[in-house]
Amino acid sequence: MGIIHDAGQNAAIGLPVTRRLALLGASARALAPYGLRAESRRGGTLTIALSSEPTALVSATTVVTPALSVSGKVTEGLLRYDFDLNPQPELATEWNVSPDGLRYVFRLRPGVKWHDGKDFTAADVAFSLLLLKQVHPRGRSTFANLTEVLTPDPLTAEVRLSRPAPYLIKALAGAEAPILPKHIYEGTDAASNPNNAAPIGTGPFIFKEWVRGSHVIYARNPNYWDAPKPYLDQLIIRFIPDAAARSAAFETGQVDLGYRTPVGLADVERLRHHPDLRFETKGNSYSFNVTKLEFNLDNEYFRHLKVRQAVAHAIDREFIARVAFFGNAVPCASPIAPGLREFHDPTPSPYPFDLAKAEKLLDEAGFRRGANRTRFRVPLDFNPVLDEARRLSDILRATLGRIGIAVDIRAQDTGSFVKRVYTDRDFAFTTNGLSNLFDPTVGVQRTYWSKNFIRGVPFSNCTHYANPEVDRVLEAAAVENDPARRVELFREFQRIVAAEVPDINIASPVFLTIYNKRVHDHSLTANGIEANLADAYVDA
Amino acid sequence: MSLAYRTGRSLRRTLVQAVPTILGIVILCFLLLQLMPGDVADVLAGESGAATEETLAAIRSRAGLDDPILLQLGRYLWRVAQLDLGYSTRFGTPVSQLILERLPNTLVLMLAALGLALGLGIIAGSVMAIHAGRWPDRVLQVVVLFFYSTPGFWIGLMAIVLFSVKLGWLPSGGSMTIGIAPTGLDFLRDRLPYLVLPALAMASFFIAVYARLTRATMLEVLQQDYIRTAVAKGLSPLVIRMRHALRNALIPVTTVAGMHLGNLLGGAVVVETVFSWPGMGRLALEAVTGRDFNVLLGVLLLSSMLVILTNAAVDLLQAWIDPRTDLS
Repeated sequence: MGIIHDAGQNAAIGLPVTRRLALLGASARALAPYGLRAESRRGGTLTIALSSEPTALVSATTVVTPALSVSGKVTEGLLRYDFDLNPQPELATEWNVSPDGLRYVFRLRPGVKWHDGKDFTAADVAFSLLLLKQVHPRGRSTFANLTEVLTPDPLTAEVRLSRPAPYLIKALAGAEAPILPKHIYEGTDAASNPNNAAPIGTGPFIFKEWVRGSHVIYARNPNYWDAPKPYLDQLIIRFIPDAAARSAAFETGQVDLGYRTPVGLADVERLRHHPDLRFETKGNSYSFNVTKLEFNLDNEYFRHLKVRQAVAHAIDREFIARVAFFGNAVPCASPIAPGLREFHDPTPSPYPFDLAKAEKLLDEAGFRRGANRTRFRVPLDFNPVLDEARRLSDILRATLGRIGIAVDIRAQDTGSFVKRVYTDRDFAFTTNGLSNLFDPTVGVQRTYWSKNFIRGVPFSNCTHYANPEVDRVLEAAAVENDPARRVELFREFQRIVAAEVPDINIASPVFLTIYNKRVHDHSLTANGIEANLADAYVDA
Repeated sequence: MSLAYRTGRSLRRTLVQAVPTILGIVILCFLLLQLMPGDVADVLAGESGAATEETLAAIRSRAGLDDPILLQLGRYLWRVAQLDLGYSTRFGTPVSQLILERLPNTLVLMLAALGLALGLGIIAGSVMAIHAGRWPDRVLQVVVLFFYSTPGFWIGLMAIVLFSVKLGWLPSGGSMTIGIAPTGLDFLRDRLPYLVLPALAMASFFIAVYARLTRATMLEVLQQDYIRTAVAKGLSPLVIRMRHALRNALIPVTTVAGMHLGNLLGGAVVVETVFSWPGMGRLALEAVTGRDFNVLLGVLLLSSMLVILTNAAVDLLQAWIDPRTDLS
């Protein structure tokens, strides 16, 4: 009855309905900015493209990239981080670290419920952190010093450490340290728990379906603790393995959003001219990478310091950033990425690009030019996961050829690469990438610390670098509570490895988030798209 | 002998031959897979960029990879005998569930591609044979040569650029509009546009093969005495061409098409990747790169069964087209 009445009035006034609603909206917006803004943001579907399918939808027992991409939508963390990695409240509203760095007290958000209706309490936090220490691929290092989690009341969790862990406060994002429902995981094998494929969490989105090989759908959580968020009705995650197909999907508007440079670097320039597509670099600061050349220090040539110095003299970082990365990288001579601003040492490499110097060093090392003007021949393996590694290897082959080092590039898939480099150690040098994560102790120490030379473990110390002084500095930095002193220790570490060149750090890729202009507020935290996307909204 | 009797005997024979064939395929694949460097734990860790000795060991022991190879093989065969394909180590779900979710997609794509290839190929071949040497023949020959010599995935990519990116007529990938659940006619209307380009890309090579084959056999058949008899009888040219020439020309085409079903499964890997089609080909490829051997063995097992079944079906089809075919 009322509807018919309204329609009649509209017709009488003679204004098109939409126009009238728009006018109404404009005046109301001026009166009540917040409420109506939230109202106008509500609704719609956001489609995100991933290059591969997650192995699980919760990043507790796996940290493959696509699992990190989706996990936080349902399963949240204690904290989130701004672009400079300063902690912000998520499931914890307040936190307090004791001066000796051994006690962390978290006040938890009241009134938060799991998607199955049960209350979220400190028991869940205690259970999750202790579980992550056991089953998370990084848990045994990140939470190594964690001894117990006390729960004096349902909304307080007190974390006790045996030794300080200054990086721990940055490790608590939803994707990195997901807080799991105790009542679902308790007493089960966490890795095969069905919740990993149909998760229940506290997050803004409720898991709806996972069609293998195609997509995951999340629906809006109407009872989210941060009402009126989330704004989206539906979140679709599509798996598009082929890079050209991902480009086409962006161009046709079939997908709205992708991150960590979701298309081939060669396609980026073309897509920049697309009228509907926009580019964002923020929201990638939770994990900076450094692309590098790692030597096998047991190799008959590369165990000589002068040979490594010669190779270092043959690296033109500016040129590589421009050509191998199509300009989407920052030259970086340090293992700590420029993005980790406080720790990064911007001093250039002590071995600047100088081919004559390189040749002199090789002569001094006793590797003179022989038949075909070649000094020696070595294979180069590249990490197939990285888009730029193949082009980088081609450039290295050309430059090293000019100083008499003949390079044969070997291509292989991920399984073969990992086995060759980390288990069989059947390699001479390799173009590889290292994720710095949120702190050098977690992300960088592993490849330089002699105690982390472990055969068969990927991204351990594959160069077989062992320097007691570096070990001492890294171990001291890992438990140093004084931030200034800690920075000083990492500076010292960078000076030593820059001179001894167990590897050559080349560039830090600048990751691009590509999005359709109808999408807003997707990259508001350090790990933008990997965060919970409660703030994201789309134009109708 | 009645047709029913002959059919029954033929199926029984197929079944008896299928068991050792499938067993051989499983054992051979299992042993070949052992030669691949790296295992599922290596790949997971490589993709994660992080691992500890303990988490790697946990993955391996869950997958039973730390047992001797013969024990693993024996265990696998015992499970298959109970119709249990095991668990995917990578996804932590039953292999049968992963495969069954994808099987319909692959079958739809394969049958659409095969239907398209047969339909277009036979039409083009007949037109070419009837107009042999004249301009319709010449033009079609060029088109057919193009399809014959161009890889299907490239045709697919170019079709995406033209029909999806430039013209916006068809979606660039996927198998359906995600997030809606249409029924009845709307269901078809939603799915068909997604099917057109991948089916065409997959069919392109086979269109060429069937066109050339139909043209050649039809030209041969048109020389036969019984065609002259039919002409002398005063039958209309259409009846002669369809009933007498084409039907006889189809026998080699069906034989070849039956064998091509295996090739189509192989070609599905590339086309499914280019069009993000959630089918078994991609599942197999991802199982190889992920070293998820239970999944790969499951896909290979099912594919071999599919090929055996279609070959049996083609045998029956031939007996129907040409009653002289001996099914025993």
